[in-house]
Amino acid sequence: MSDPPPLPNGPGGAAILAAGIGSLALGLFAFSGDALPVLGHTLTVWPPTGPLSGVVLATIVVWLAAWLMLARRWSGRDVNLVPINLAAVTMLIAGLLLTFPPFMDLLQGR
Amino acid sequence: MEISYRDLMTVLHGMGFGALFMLAFSGAIGVIYAAAAIGPRQPRPRWETAMFRFYLVSMAALAWLTTLSGACIIYPWYRAVPPPGATNLSGYPRALLLSNPLTAGWHDLGMEWKEHIAWFTPIAMTMVAYVFIKYGPQLALHRGMRSAVLTFTAIAFLATAVAGGFGAMLNKVAPVRGGAEFVLYRGP
Repeated sequence: MSDPPPLPNGPGGAAILAAGIGSLALGLFAFSGDALPVLGHTLTVWPPTGPLSGVVLATIVVWLAAWLMLARRWSGRDVNLVPINLAAVTMLIAGLLLTFPPFMDLLQGR
Repeated sequence: MEISYRDLMTVLHGMGFGALFMLAFSGAIGVIYAAAAIGPRQPRPRWETAMFRFYLVSMAALAWLTTLSGACIIYPWYRAVPPPGATNLSGYPRALLLSNPLTAGWHDLGMEWKEHIAWFTPIAMTMVAYVFIKYGPQLALHRGMRSAVLTFTAIAFLATAVAGGFGAMLNKVAPVRGGAEFVLYRGP
């Protein structure tokens, strides 16, 4: 019995890369909100949670927009997953580092 | 034996949604690996694939419930600003922590990291659930995709462990308490 033909990997690659983009966006928004008081104030969409509300909202918008765009572009296609995975994991790690307070302080020279 | 409303919500957030989610992690790794290792050639009962999908979708839902309940319900109580001149800060955990240099780090490092790192998990687990629903046993034919899914799952576990660990410690040092009291048990 032979394997059924594999589904195109484009939709999976789109979801993976979008998750990486969303993770990096989370780190960038968190860092920017901390480093720039003006942006921190702008990100305060819901005062009870402060800038976190805007950081999360903006992250979700970027993540879902990236996913939608990539899914449309790669629908029904096969893509090279090696650079996609590498980029996604790199963005995920960069996002994690950007949320780590000592690393934030280091970048800001505190 | 009584518990305050805020304590109850904190328990629901941490021990209800969060701990349940943490417990499900080893199962998620097993589900993804098992499905991908066997591959699409081996016929599998439909209920089994449906159960795996339900498992991962439930995990993603738990991740969203945990982060949303934390950010929208618990966090505003944590960062409430005390009135000027207040000396009893027990109802204002953030201010209580920052009032003492020996406890300020729990906020500056613990909460500042926790409030952000927790959000990696629902994003990662939503992606993982989607990929599994889309590909299921075919993940065996897409090894790169399977590796990425397992990597994101592992990092989501790490992020949850950091957020959960700091959450538990923060609630020991500066508990979120207040609101109506519920009597759970009256002793003899």
